[in-house]
Order: sequence, then C-alpha cells, then structure tokens
Amino acid sequence: MRRVARDALELGKIGVGSGPAGWNGFQAMRLLIIEDDRDAAEYLVKAFREVGHVVEHAGDGDEGLALALDGRYDVLIVDRMLPKLDGLAVIGALRAKGVETPALILSALGQVDDRVKGLRAGGDDYLPKPYSFSELLARVEVLSRRMGGREETHYRVADLELDRLSHRVTRGRDEILLQPREYRLLEYLMRHAGQVVTRTMLLENVWDYHFDPQTNVIDVHISRLRSKIDKGFAQPLLHTVRGAGYMIRDGAR
Amino acid sequence: MTALGKLLRTTAFRLTLVYLVVFALFAAFLLAYFALNTRRLITEQITSTVEAEMTGLAEQYNRGGIRLLVAVIESRARQPGSSLYLVTTSKGEGIAGNVGSLAPGVLDQPGWTETVYRRLTDPETQDEHHALVRVSTLAGGFRLLVGRDLEERERLYHIIADAGRWSVTIVIILGIIGGVFVSRRVLNRVDAITDKARVIMAGDFSGRLPVGGSGDELDRLAISLNAMLHQIEALMRGLKEVSDNVAHDLKTPLTRLRNRCEAALRTATSEADYRTTIEATIEESEGLIRTFDALLMIARAESGEARDNMAAFDAAEIARDVAELYEPLAEEKGLALQVDASAAAPVKGNRELVSQALANLVDNAIKYAAGHREANGAAADIVVGAGSEGDRIVLTVRDSGPGIPIADRGRVVDRFVRLEQSRSQPGSGLGLSLASAVARLHGGELRLEDNAPGLKAVIALPRAEAAASA
Repeated sequence: MRRVARDALELGKIGVGSGPAGWNGFQAMRLLIIEDDRDAAEYLVKAFREVGHVVEHAGDGDEGLALALDGRYDVLIVDRMLPKLDGLAVIGALRAKGVETPALILSALGQVDDRVKGLRAGGDDYLPKPYSFSELLARVEVLSRRMGGREETHYRVADLELDRLSHRVTRGRDEILLQPREYRLLEYLMRHAGQVVTRTMLLENVWDYHFDPQTNVIDVHISRLRSKIDKGFAQPLLHTVRGAGYMIRDGAR
Repeated sequence: MTALGKLLRTTAFRLTLVYLVVFALFAAFLLAYFALNTRRLITEQITSTVEAEMTGLAEQYNRGGIRLLVAVIESRARQPGSSLYLVTTSKGEGIAGNVGSLAPGVLDQPGWTETVYRRLTDPETQDEHHALVRVSTLAGGFRLLVGRDLEERERLYHIIADAGRWSVTIVIILGIIGGVFVSRRVLNRVDAITDKARVIMAGDFSGRLPVGGSGDELDRLAISLNAMLHQIEALMRGLKEVSDNVAHDLKTPLTRLRNRCEAALRTATSEADYRTTIEATIEESEGLIRTFDALLMIARAESGEARDNMAAFDAAEIARDVAELYEPLAEEKGLALQVDASAAAPVKGNRELVSQALANLVDNAIKYAAGHREANGAAADIVVGAGSEGDRIVLTVRDSGPGIPIADRGRVVDRFVRLEQSRSQPGSGLGLSLASAVARLHGGELRLEDNAPGLKAVIALPRAEAAASA
C-alpha cells in the first residue's frame, strides 16, 4: 500500500488544510503555467487556484516567454515539449536575459539523463509526467521559498535547533545525536520548515537518488528520525501530511 | 542482369583478369628478354669467329701471298658447316671461295654487313640465306670476305618467339577458364546466401545461411551472419514475449481499474463509496506508472543509450549507500542487514542505474527473507557486499530467504516473470530484469547463486582502469 497514491484525493486538504495556509500566514504565489495541453493546463490552473495561488497560463513557448520576461512570477511551471518554442529554450532565453524566476520543468521524458539536461538548461526542478498534484504543489512551494534566501546557518523550529556550522542538533536542553544521513534529512526538513516535503523530494535531495526504491524506505527513515527528535516531548514537530509527505513545523503557533 | 554479366562483375573474375594481365605481361617480358639476349649472344659469337678467321687468313696472305690464301680457303670451304669465304680481285672477280652469289654492292664496302647469299653448291632454285659477313681489302688490292650463316640464329630466335606467343596465349586461355570457374563457384555460393537472406528477410527468422564447411572466407562470413541472425531471432522472440507480458501485466490492472469504476457507477450510493473507488483507482494507476517506468528504464538500459552517462565511481560506496538506505527497513522487518564493502571497487558506469539495480536486489532480499525468517543464529540475514573477483568488481546481495530453484534462475531474469511463491508479494516482476539489463549495459552480468540457504545475487561488472578510478 502506497501512501503517495492517495495524494490527489487529499488535494483540498493539503494546501489549505495542512499546507502553508494552515499555520503561519499563507503566502499566495504568482504562478505561470506554460503548457500546451489544454486539459492538463486547465486542471493545474484550477487546482492551484483552489489552493489559493494566482495562476496564469500560456499555451505555447512564445507566449510563455513573453509573459515570463517581466519577471513578476514566483515560479514558472514549464512543459518541456511546447509548440513554437521548446520548454528548455524558453528557460534558456529567460536566463540569458537575466530573469532568474525559478522554473520547474514538466516532462514525459523521465529518465535520469533527460532530467540532467533539463537542469543544465537552467531549470530548477524537474518532474516527470504523470505526476501527482500534491507532488507538484510541494515542489513549487519549495522553489518559491528557496528563492527567499532560506539558506541559513542556523535553523530553529520551536525548541528544536540545528546548527549547520557545528552540526549540533538540540531540542530544549537535550543534545540529539544523529547519524550523518539523519542529520541531512533533518537539515532538509528544517530548511523547508512549514512546507510539505514529499518522499521523492527527500530521496532526491537527501540521498541523491532519482529512482523509485519500490518499497517506501523513506517512511522508515522518517520514523527513526521522529523517534529521536519527538519521542518524549509533548509537542510533536515532525508531521506526516497524509497523502503527500512530511512537514516539520511548530504546531503550537 | 544476365548470367554472363553477373559473372563478369564478380570480384573473383575481376581479380583473375588483373592477375592474368600482370602474369601475361611478365611472361612476355621474360621471353622477349630471353630471345633478344640469345640473339645478341649468337651474334657476338659469330662476329668473334669471323674476326678470328679473318685475322688468320690475313696472316696466311701476308705469309704466302694470294696463292697460300687461295689454298687455305679452298681447303676450309670444303669442310662441312664451313664459314663463307670469298676472295676476289680488286674488280670483284671471284678467285676462290664457296659463295655463289651475294647481294649487290656488298664487296664494295669494307666492314660488317648483313646480306643474303647463295653457296656455290646450292641450286639456283633454293631460297637465299642470310649471313653476317666481313669484307676487308688485302694489301694487293684483293678483297677478302668471311662470313657466317645466320640461319641458326634466326631459327633459335623464332623458336623462342613462338614459345613466347604460345605460352602467353595458353596462360590467357587457362586464366580465363580458371577465372570463370572460380567466379562461378563463388557466385553460386553468394547466390545461395542471397536467396536464403531473402527468405529470412521475408520473415522466417529461423532460417540460416548455408555454410560450405571448408572454413573459407565465405564460410566465416556466413557463420558471423548466422550468429547475428541468432541474436536477432532471440531479440525478436524476447520482444514478442515482452509484448505478450506487457499486454498481460498492463491489461490486467487496467481491466481491474475499469471494472472498479464501472461497478462504482452502477452501485455507489454515497460520496464515500465514490471516494473509496477513486482512491483505489489512483493507487492502481500509480502501480501502472511504476511498471511502465521500469519497462522504459530496462529498454533504455538494453538499448545502450545510457552509455553516454558513464563516469568512474566506487562500487563499495554504492553498496554502503544502498545498504544505508535499506537498513532501517530491514530492521523494521526484524532482519539484520550488514555491509561488507571495505576495499575500494572502481567501476566505470552509470552510478544511478547501478544503484537502482542494487537497490532492487536488496529490496527483493528484504521482501523474501522477511517472509521466510528462520532461526539462523546470530548471522546477518542480509549481507550487501562489494569486492573484487579476478578482473571483475562484484556487488553481492546474500539473503537467507527461500532462494530460487536452479531450474528457475534463468527465467526469473526475464521481464515480468514472478515465481508462484512470490505472486503474493507486491512488485512488478521487473526488479531482476532491470538489474540484469543494467549489468549487461556495463558489460557485466547478473548471476543468481545458491547461498545455502537463501539466494546470492551477484552483479559482476568490469573493473575500471586504475587511472579512471583515480
């Protein structure tokens, strides 16, 4: 039984219910979707609007490039194969003109080398089709925040602290000893505190694997981490977002 | 193309022609050289003989005057096979000798002349002979002619020239006959191969090109092509099996999916019912996508496309990383997972693919060992290792599960094959296929061995050059 499988069903709940909107001042994003498939685009526009974001849509590469050039979007969602101007070419043109709006590439080509090509062309993330909306939403939110300069030397969520210089993790007065991988897992979660982080995002960013490990190995790693940082504390910080992934947040606020 | 035209176009025939021309030219040159040299030698011999006689006769003349000279000439001229002699007055009237007639004017110019002549003894009707003569004027105004017949020289020359002509003609005739024969033989075999190839192209992949058995170059070519055909046949069969399997393994869940939706349309009464159906549908589609991804991945690995993305890496590190990824899962299932990868194991390849292949093996090991856990003391249930084995780097996953019967070991690597005992386990049946495809992509292989008890799965890869691993 895969929990990810349920994500789309929880759509209404993820974004508004347990997502950023749920706890600390929801920030609506301005998104541009460049996608030629009308049905897919309509579905995305509708879904993102339901979550509360502002979405615009371009049906081909030229139009998308023209809209994206003024740089007023938080994230671009670009289909790889577009009429008139290819998705990678759109991103390339934007980067050449100094527009650094983060771009997520959607593509039916999901192999590792296609992905590498996409990222090399200036994309910031790559999601193979078919994707689940919760995965796309989580990635778009992370992209948008990342540009807000969240790379810090010290992360803090409630009384859980992680110091990136000394690699020390403490909760309250207790020092928590973590394995190197557990540390990186926690570091990633805390960098994106308050955001949903999916299993594939963890697998890609913490383990650098881009394949599907069949069994949900990530869940077990999370529950290990959880037993180290949450066990014995009244306030749980590491939450499972049903049907989407995980989130670290200060539930009290 | 006519049969003759075809024959003339064969490589064998053209080669024959080239050799023929070269050989004929060589023979002609050799014989001409021989003939001319022989002729020159004979001429030289004649000249020196004549010279010597001339000197001798001049001496006789100086010693005993015209009388002695005439006497000597008369006696010499009578001997069989004698040279030609003629002594005349300054006006050209014959005094002694054996020459009956000469070409006009020969006597007037001293020195060497080639002339026609007739001996005194020859009848008028006989053809004139050729001779090489020398004329000199003696002290008293007498003229002395000494010469030798050239018939012998000419005969020898003609014999050699004839021999040359004949041999060149025979060489050419035999050469053409041989060329035609060889070309026909080659052509027949090539035609046989071409005919068979047409049959094969028409769709009969079980056909093979005829092999003569002589081990010549055509046989070698036919054997290579047959090996290629064998490979193609295997691939075609594989493709057919795959499409059958794809049809089965993708259609089954698709049918389930559709049935469920239809049932929901018919019978669902509440939103909760629809919700349950949709959830199950999405889950099912998720499984389909996985299967599809795995198939694409295998196809990609098998086509060799991923070869572009090769880099040097340490297989031991991969073993440690993958083990680290799966260790908590194993522990959760009550299994002990150990790593045995201390020494560096340099490999050149696609890191991601090799990781995935190993991950599939570990995933399998955990799945089956967990279902088959027995009391086996303190030993680890699963050992993930990396090491060297001759010129190979081996990534091994040993488990204490039920193992795979020897008879099934070849089969499980095929796509979608799942042994009866594993039908109950989740999975696409593509894990081992992918591992095998990845191993082959890197020029290695996947081996399944007995771990007694359990399975020992080995991905053997070529060791990278020392420089590449640095």
